[in-house]
Amino acid sequence: MPAYTLKRTFVAFLILIVVSGLTFSLSHLSADPALTIGGEQASEEDIQAIRKLYGFDRPVHVQYFDWLGRALSGDFGESYHYKQRVFDMVSERIGRTMLLGTLAILFALVVSIPLGTLAAMWPNSIVDRVALFIAVLGQALPTFWFALMMIIVFGVWWRWLPISGHTQWANYVMPTIALGYYATPALMRLTRAGMIEVLASDYIRTARAKGLSPGSVLFKHALRNAIIPVVALAAVWFGFMLGGSIVIETIFNLKGIGWLSYDALLRSDLPVVQAIVLVFASFYVVLTLLADLLNAYLDPRISVR
Amino acid sequence: MASGNILEVENLRVDIPVASGMLHPVRGIDFSVSRGETLCIVGESGCGKSLTSLAVMGLLPKTARRTAARMDFLGHDIRTLREREMARLRGGSISMIFQEPMTSLNPSYTIGNQLAEVYLRHVEQSRAAARDRAVFLLEKVGISSAGSRLGQYPHQLSGGQRQRVMIAMALMCGPELIIADEPTTALDVTIQAQILHVLADLQHEFEMGMILITHDLGIVARVADKVQVMYAGKTVEEGPCEAVFDAPMHPYTQGLLRCIPIPGKTQRGERLGSVPGIVPNLVGELSGCMFRNRCEYASEACAEMRDEPTRMGDGHAYTCLRAPEEIAGERQGAGGTL
Repeated sequence: MPAYTLKRTFVAFLILIVVSGLTFSLSHLSADPALTIGGEQASEEDIQAIRKLYGFDRPVHVQYFDWLGRALSGDFGESYHYKQRVFDMVSERIGRTMLLGTLAILFALVVSIPLGTLAAMWPNSIVDRVALFIAVLGQALPTFWFALMMIIVFGVWWRWLPISGHTQWANYVMPTIALGYYATPALMRLTRAGMIEVLASDYIRTARAKGLSPGSVLFKHALRNAIIPVVALAAVWFGFMLGGSIVIETIFNLKGIGWLSYDALLRSDLPVVQAIVLVFASFYVVLTLLADLLNAYLDPRISVR
Repeated sequence: MASGNILEVENLRVDIPVASGMLHPVRGIDFSVSRGETLCIVGESGCGKSLTSLAVMGLLPKTARRTAARMDFLGHDIRTLREREMARLRGGSISMIFQEPMTSLNPSYTIGNQLAEVYLRHVEQSRAAARDRAVFLLEKVGISSAGSRLGQYPHQLSGGQRQRVMIAMALMCGPELIIADEPTTALDVTIQAQILHVLADLQHEFEMGMILITHDLGIVARVADKVQVMYAGKTVEEGPCEAVFDAPMHPYTQGLLRCIPIPGKTQRGERLGSVPGIVPNLVGELSGCMFRNRCEYASEACAEMRDEPTRMGDGHAYTCLRAPEEIAGERQGAGGTL
């Protein structure tokens, strides 16, 4: 187990380096930051001066290693637009994004695992069909549309919930549902498929032949095994909830790093974009790593391989 | 029926609705087991022997329907028990060992956990006692350093070891009856014999009744007290083990016995027999002897015959239109090889 963990951690670190290299080169190839910083009225001399000032005249790989060296010590540079330290801008907002992402994945799991389990216990029953309906709806409705509908119904018509901001818990209700519902279909269908397979397995027959209570058969013996692939998928979705909250944060004006990345992209604020992409990538990498470790814990056969 | 019986089943039927109609995999069979007795139910794949055992356990698939004139287990009428009451018997007084040791244990829990679980459910809430019982039984079934095995997961054990664990698990609560559904089919031949010995020894030691379901007549000859031969959901022949092996009456039983070599009787180079043809489809209305399309003695009357067994005394009975004298005469003519 320690060797396995160490190996996976090392691979995770390599992935982050590669991701940062890719985003750095792509963002520097896709736009000339000096033009953006200078603005429309900037003369050719101004642009040259800006290039020199920010070091854009150097080869991209030199700029990258310069950036990487600083980044490793926690210095992500300064925002071109806000003239603030990127580190401060991100750390000020990252908590909101993590709270939203965590709430969203919890919402998705709390909905999808019981619903998937019920659907698997009575396949093709009315319960299964209702679950399928909910899943298809979640799959088919675009997140932004669903979010806007919620704003109209709960925010504007009934005035139950605030439609924007991040200062009180009520601000998080609609974003959590909008974001979490997006992850629900996949998790629910996987839970259902896993449970159906496990419930038909020989060891469930053994558990029933031992006269165990229905609860023990279902939760101890079936769900534990059916949940293993769901854990892996949930981790990937959690990464998506954290990194994919750009649209939701923007719609609800919930100023997390998703909102910040949208803002930074509009302004070609490259240091901010670069840092946020790295943060999002770290979310994915760390969560995938955690999922693998959790899987190894849940399924004792994994770490042996 | 003898009063010492722990299980008595009469006219057990299992019906399963399928797309093409109603499937009748078990079509009215009777059997009983007394304390310390081994009943072997023999037959080829699809004859309904596994469903028979699952019907006793109350573990039939949800869609299957079970009916019986009588299903008594130690004074309980199994037919009328609620699922909750049946669950109290399962694993406690009746245990089952399955065919697939590789997949019958939950991969996520240690064998100690899985052994203790059934004890904690049926006997008493004492982890220490459950552990002691588990170690005692693992040693009984021939697993070395039993104490340290408790922490192992099923994937760390071989197939034979897993089946030993399954046997130990079945014995955790000191059952009165143990149902073993082809317990050695999935194992190597060398392991088969060992597992069978373990099972037979422990059955004698603990004086349990045992229903052993198998298609291996070699196993039957070694351990059975009573034999019941099933074909297409019905009993075609039953009786004490020696009687059935020495003087098989039904053409199907005779055919099965011709398929296995008998030490001292089968000559080197002699061809073993086979029972040609396949098991008939058991969907819809069925009448007459179902073996008639594979039987060398079949006549038109076989399509009309009713299931009235010909009883030979000492419990030996068979369901065939041929008279005992006719079969016996033929056996004489054949030089007594059967």
